[in-house]
Amino acid sequence: MEAIADWFKWLNDAHRINLSIFYDAFDRGKFLGGLLTTLKLSAICLVTSVAIGVVGAWLQGSRFTFARRIMQGYIQFFRNTPPLVQLYFFYFAIGNLLPRVTDAYGQAVPPVSNFAWAIVSFSFFAGAFNVEIFRAGVEAVPRATVEAAEALGYSRLKAYIHVVLPLAFRISLPALNNNLVNLIKTTTLAYAIGVPELLYVSAQIWSDVLNVREMMNVLLVAYVAIVGVLVMAMNRWERAMRMPGYSV
Amino acid sequence: MIRKFAAAVLFALAATALAVPPAAAQNALEKIKQRGTIIVGVKNDYKPWGFLDPSGKIVGMEIDLVQDVADRLGVKFELVPVVASNRMEFLQQGRIDLIIATLGDTPQRRQVIGMVEPNYYAGGTNVLAPKSAGLKTWNELKGRKVCAIQGAYYNRRVTQEYGPELVAFAGIPEALTALQAGNCIAFVYDNTFIESTLAGGDPKWASYEMPLKTEDEQAWAIAVPLGELNSPYGEFMKKVSVEWHKTGKLLEFEKKWGIKQSPFLVEMNKKYKAM
Repeated sequence: MEAIADWFKWLNDAHRINLSIFYDAFDRGKFLGGLLTTLKLSAICLVTSVAIGVVGAWLQGSRFTFARRIMQGYIQFFRNTPPLVQLYFFYFAIGNLLPRVTDAYGQAVPPVSNFAWAIVSFSFFAGAFNVEIFRAGVEAVPRATVEAAEALGYSRLKAYIHVVLPLAFRISLPALNNNLVNLIKTTTLAYAIGVPELLYVSAQIWSDVLNVREMMNVLLVAYVAIVGVLVMAMNRWERAMRMPGYSV
Repeated sequence: MIRKFAAAVLFALAATALAVPPAAAQNALEKIKQRGTIIVGVKNDYKPWGFLDPSGKIVGMEIDLVQDVADRLGVKFELVPVVASNRMEFLQQGRIDLIIATLGDTPQRRQVIGMVEPNYYAGGTNVLAPKSAGLKTWNELKGRKVCAIQGAYYNRRVTQEYGPELVAFAGIPEALTALQAGNCIAFVYDNTFIESTLAGGDPKWASYEMPLKTEDEQAWAIAVPLGELNSPYGEFMKKVSVEWHKTGKLLEFEKKWGIKQSPFLVEMNKKYKAM
């Protein structure tokens, strides 16, 4: 550990390549904290946005016009507005309208933190795309298969869970993969409302240490790695879910 | 997979290697005169140093300084709004010729940009907080959410010494809105800005105060690219800065914009008059 720190110190002194996150404990702590926040934010948003997509696609096929209209409105709102604008809207506009709660120090504070707003915003944003992605999958399931399920006595919900969704999911995976990659990259926008994720902490580090070029490289490498892990996992999953004879 | 990853990393590194910073222009002063315009990075959210007037024009004490520099050079000026986290990059890349943007003069920054001496102003660090918070000492910020500005030089020191959870925004309006919404207990910033905000008489700040002791007094400097510090351009700016102190121009502008008289300026005025 000590040797690594010394080597990076030498790299800075001798070649002016200043990677302070490897030898300065404060910067390293900040950076690792940012990495953890990004991973947490990404993981939570991935799960909730997929859940929104699954439920949303089911509601889109609902018999009730009202449910379909609500879904349509939701998709239009979240798909047609930039995520950064949504984030500002939630944090500054909606956040100001909510009733205050009292914190441990007796101060009136908003009930939802900036981190929570980032989760809400990104989940709904990616969720809107996921609904459409799953709908495409659902529509690609042959009508005859659904009818066969109904003939066997499946209710609409049960047929969706046990027959339609498993098939639709397989069809949707490549498109879903794309959208989730985008979601991870979108988490950098949380920077704007002060969520200490990777971009935010890196900006603070390069403002303090003035190593913009080095930190930009670190950031790129970090995101290539994070997204790489996701893509690898999704590809494995896609392969594992492949059904012989059912080619998509 | 590993191979793909390595390829991506290599690509990123190659891209940076190609982006060699432009060599310093042979003679910046000549270039500016030839162009007929000096391009200056200024603040547009820091009342009354640099802010937007109702018609959307950038005005303020620092804009008056820009005007003065342009007059002395016999050129026009162009303003580029900058924020703390991008201004030094802009100067290094040659997008602007000069920074007059409440820039604190620190040893780290001196390694990358040319700080013109004598310094033209000085400010310290304090917080703007609602009176109801009842803050008395810096240590009370420990573990609390405190709004800040991304890229401010004291964020690191304040975090290390007092342990607040900083929530830093790109611009002052966002930070002030978050403070008023109760998203943070205080806003850590330059005492100069906080003083003029409170003195501005805006009713929305009536229940706010600057409760702590101003810390870490730091001189402000106008900045030129590092390579220009000792060139004719840098020397010219140094002379201008001396003139500003000597003739009392800075004191005059300070009064014009309703800023509380800074002891630093009075002292500098005395010093240079005597010379």
